[in-house]
Amino acid sequence: MPSTELSSKDDVIIVKLANGYNLGISLVNAYVEVVKENYINVGSSEGEGATTFVGGQGDRLISIVSTGGTIVSRVEYETGAVRPALTAENLIDLVPELKEMGSIEVVDLYRILSENMTPKHWTSISKAVYEKIVGGADAVIVAHGTDTLPYTSSALAFALRNLPLPIVLVGSQRSSDRPSSDSALNLLASVIVALNAPFGEVVVAMHGSISDNYVLVNRGVKVRKVHSSRRDAFQSVNDIPLAKVIFPDKKLIVINSRYLGRCRVEDLILMPNFEERVAIIKAYPGLSPEIIDFLVDKGFKGIVLEGTGLGHVNEAVIPSIKRAVEVGVVVVMATQTIFGRVNMNVYTTGRKLLMTGVLPASDMLVETAYVKLSWLLANFNDLTEVKNLFMKNLVYEINEVHEDYIYPRWYHGDKL
Amino acid sequence: MEINYSEVGLQVGLEIHQQLDTSSKLFCRCPTKLFEGSEEDVAKVERYLRIARSETGEVDPAALYEYMKRRKIIYLVPKGHVCNVELDEEPPQELNKEALSIALGISMGFKSKIVDEVYVMRKIVVDGSNTTGFQRTAIIALGGELLDEEGAIRIQTICLEEDAARKVRDLSSSVVYNLDRLGIPLIEISTAPDMRSPEQVLRVASRIGLMLRLTGRVRRGLGTIRQDINVSIKGGAKIEIKGIQNLEIVDKVVRYEVMRQLNLLKIMNEAIMRGVKDEDIGSISDVTDVFKNCRSRLILSNLKEGNKVYACVLRRFKGLLNFEVQPGRRFGTELADYAREWGGITGIIHTDELPGYGIGVEEVRELYRVLNADGGEDVVVIVVGPEDKCVRAMSAVVGRVKEALRGVPKETRVVNDDGTTRYMRPQPGAARMYPETDIPPVRIDEGVIKEALKYVPRDPTAVYEELVSKYSLSPELSKQLLRSPHIIQFYDLLKEFSGSEITPQYIASLLTVQLKGLKSEGVPIENIGIEVLREILALVRDGRISKDGVIEVLREYALDPKKPIDDLIRKYVRRDLEETTKLIVNIVESNRDELIRKRDKAFNIVMGLAMKELRGRVDGKVVADLVRKVLNELLGSTPA
Ligand SMILES: [Zn+2]
Repeated sequence: MPSTELSSKDDVIIVKLANGYNLGISLVNAYVEVVKENYINVGSSEGEGATTFVGGQGDRLISIVSTGGTIVSRVEYETGAVRPALTAENLIDLVPELKEMGSIEVVDLYRILSENMTPKHWTSISKAVYEKIVGGADAVIVAHGTDTLPYTSSALAFALRNLPLPIVLVGSQRSSDRPSSDSALNLLASVIVALNAPFGEVVVAMHGSISDNYVLVNRGVKVRKVHSSRRDAFQSVNDIPLAKVIFPDKKLIVINSRYLGRCRVEDLILMPNFEERVAIIKAYPGLSPEIIDFLVDKGFKGIVLEGTGLGHVNEAVIPSIKRAVEVGVVVVMATQTIFGRVNMNVYTTGRKLLMTGVLPASDMLVETAYVKLSWLLANFNDLTEVKNLFMKNLVYEINEVHEDYIYPRWYHGDKL
Repeated sequence: MEINYSEVGLQVGLEIHQQLDTSSKLFCRCPTKLFEGSEEDVAKVERYLRIARSETGEVDPAALYEYMKRRKIIYLVPKGHVCNVELDEEPPQELNKEALSIALGISMGFKSKIVDEVYVMRKIVVDGSNTTGFQRTAIIALGGELLDEEGAIRIQTICLEEDAARKVRDLSSSVVYNLDRLGIPLIEISTAPDMRSPEQVLRVASRIGLMLRLTGRVRRGLGTIRQDINVSIKGGAKIEIKGIQNLEIVDKVVRYEVMRQLNLLKIMNEAIMRGVKDEDIGSISDVTDVFKNCRSRLILSNLKEGNKVYACVLRRFKGLLNFEVQPGRRFGTELADYAREWGGITGIIHTDELPGYGIGVEEVRELYRVLNADGGEDVVVIVVGPEDKCVRAMSAVVGRVKEALRGVPKETRVVNDDGTTRYMRPQPGAARMYPETDIPPVRIDEGVIKEALKYVPRDPTAVYEELVSKYSLSPELSKQLLRSPHIIQFYDLLKEFSGSEITPQYIASLLTVQLKGLKSEGVPIENIGIEVLREILALVRDGRISKDGVIEVLREYALDPKKPIDDLIRKYVRRDLEETTKLIVNIVESNRDELIRKRDKAFNIVMGLAMKELRGRVDGKVVADLVRKVLNELLGSTPA
């Protein structure tokens, strides 16, 4: 066995026994005889960018753009290395039922973990999706790592407008090689949604509970990863999900009447650019104005403040923010409470910030506000227009009405 | 049937799984106690597992088998016993070092060679007993041996692994597990197939069990130790038998398995003599019409639900399905196991047992007629139920009958209460191990070894000799103590109470004979922990209760462990001499006339009445002396 990043020291060799177990043996005072040499190519990027195809029932074409992440990763039996690659064949291997819904095409676009995604990747994913739509795909699905999935879903929501079909982003919290993986159910639900849902929005399909009983279809600009590991980590914040797919019935139920319908393919617009010089600054008790100054001096064009409560930062930072706005940096305010809306009229600090020209992000998630600002700055030259559009609801990234029931409930000593 | 085991070439290997007594589970910090609370503290989670295919595309038959059943798995999640790790909602935490040390200590006791670095693996198990679909397991030591009077038994591997979830219900469409047991650390000790007789298997299993107990760090009670055995004979097959919880029947299980394999070989020979070929095992046909006017309630209720009756002819098999393979189990029973496990139906009916079940001669004759079968030579098997289930069940039966023409099929079986076994699933193939990438390997350094040395079990023979020579226990009592689960408690109590009136003999008999006596009365002695024993023996040492009262207090405690000990002993608190004398004088005074009349029986009468009050509070001998003294004053002389 090759030693991997997992072995603790160099003086240990890993031995695989005939019964399948691995164990480590120290080389100190050991006699080692090489019986046969053999090499396995681990983690090769061979085949990246390729498109694979498997024919299925009916005449519908299901296009899957694979970008990497847990959903396309499997542990190699021989080495323990994780291989983040997807082909149409191993997808069918995993979810044989997909063949009953149509032919499957997989574009192996990237093999990157989602923490390594950048705005540049959003651009090429948007383009790849656009090509699939205009190329006649009946369903377009993007397989993606989960960590930054809501950033990418927001990016696609702004970059691809007047969608003729839903774009479904899907990930998994348990890798596909595990019998308990959530990926098969999530993928199955994604295809059902992509083919049948009435909306033309970018959505994220992931488990709604820790049981295998339904998959939630969350609006891409309103979804957040709210848990580091649970399979129901993706939940809608300040909104309700658009739909859910019930299992084992495979039934799609639309639960939100507020959505963008499907448009004509001719009306589809692609605006895939994103400004990279945008930063998120979280407010905290010791936040220093130097951080803002640094960004301004470095030529950043946008700053998203993740304020406390209704949208505040400590007063010491305000002069720096004022300077930023004066030199043309767009500064917006979202809240770090996650739930709720920014309202900067209630307290003095908020009012002062408004006066310096900070734009309130209403109930937009920080991630969404960041992506939206980055997209606006890259696609519109006029700062006034950027500012107006930022405050305007474009793709339901803003929800004006928060009814009580959309706020989650926690355990307070009641019956389980 | 007298069997010469060396002649049949018996080979048996043991796999012993023992829960370790640690404060938390192997990969999370949940407690290792099982849930005993009420239903309102239990949440439910429903899952399905999917098969993982290995990189080579090989599908493991055992995994495939469970996959084909596509059963819903329901997990019970009791509050306080299960976290996101057991739910497969959080990656495993670091390997429990306490469990590792205990397991390494045990390995040293078996002279097994400890690995330099421990790698946790994922062993694919898709029956739902692990939420992940795999069991986490690691080899911690290789080799070693165990001495037995018939020769040394080689140890092959010692593993540290997580226990599976506890199966609560098993229905055809779903299976229910409680997650409280999932993740409790287990040590697995596997021997080579070196045992040659049922008696030897019992001896070796007992000795391994004793060595585990001698560490003082293994869990006790039903289900905390489980044994799997593999049994093979010449011409037979290596059969895996799972889930023997009661060590005492392990020899019987071996005897019954040898018997079963020999009988299956007899069936094979008989079938060959009759000239049965694969093509004589018929195809499946719908015979619902034959039973239209049937009186069998089972069949009628099925027909009413729209179900069907399917049949299959086994040519020249007549009589063979009634052939007994194990006590109370016929070849037909073996076939019914397959129908049940693969088709999810209750069983099969076959013409070797007909007429019966409300099925008359008429229907049997008609059955033979429509199937073109020979009533004198052939057997017809029927199953009743929904079409898909019947077809699956019958295909499994047909497959099993074909196997019978070749001898003993490789199976994993599960033990019944009486020591017989039933079919569980096909044997798993190789290639079901994956590295557990979520857990870094653990280096076994000097610190770990030093910790492990604390748990190395002593040599059982040396312990026996010490009990007899140093503590003057009789050989019989010593053996009983070593067989009991309480050997470690004996040493613990001895250390604490040595030098007082509580002798080694007393402690040994309390832990064996006396507790066993309570158990045979149906008292739940598992409620009696070492802490309670300590507390009560301390009361004896301090003279607050008499030795005679101990077993009574323990009985009441076991029946109601929530009651404070102080309340329980109130009845047994030692009366002082003055009080006792007063009580006896009272008894004598109020029975004066009778005692004078029945002078010869006076002592017995007073003793009986006095002990009713004083049992457990004053030693019987003290009471007898006082009674004699008081009666002497009344009657003038000492009665018998
Ligand atoms: Zn836990």
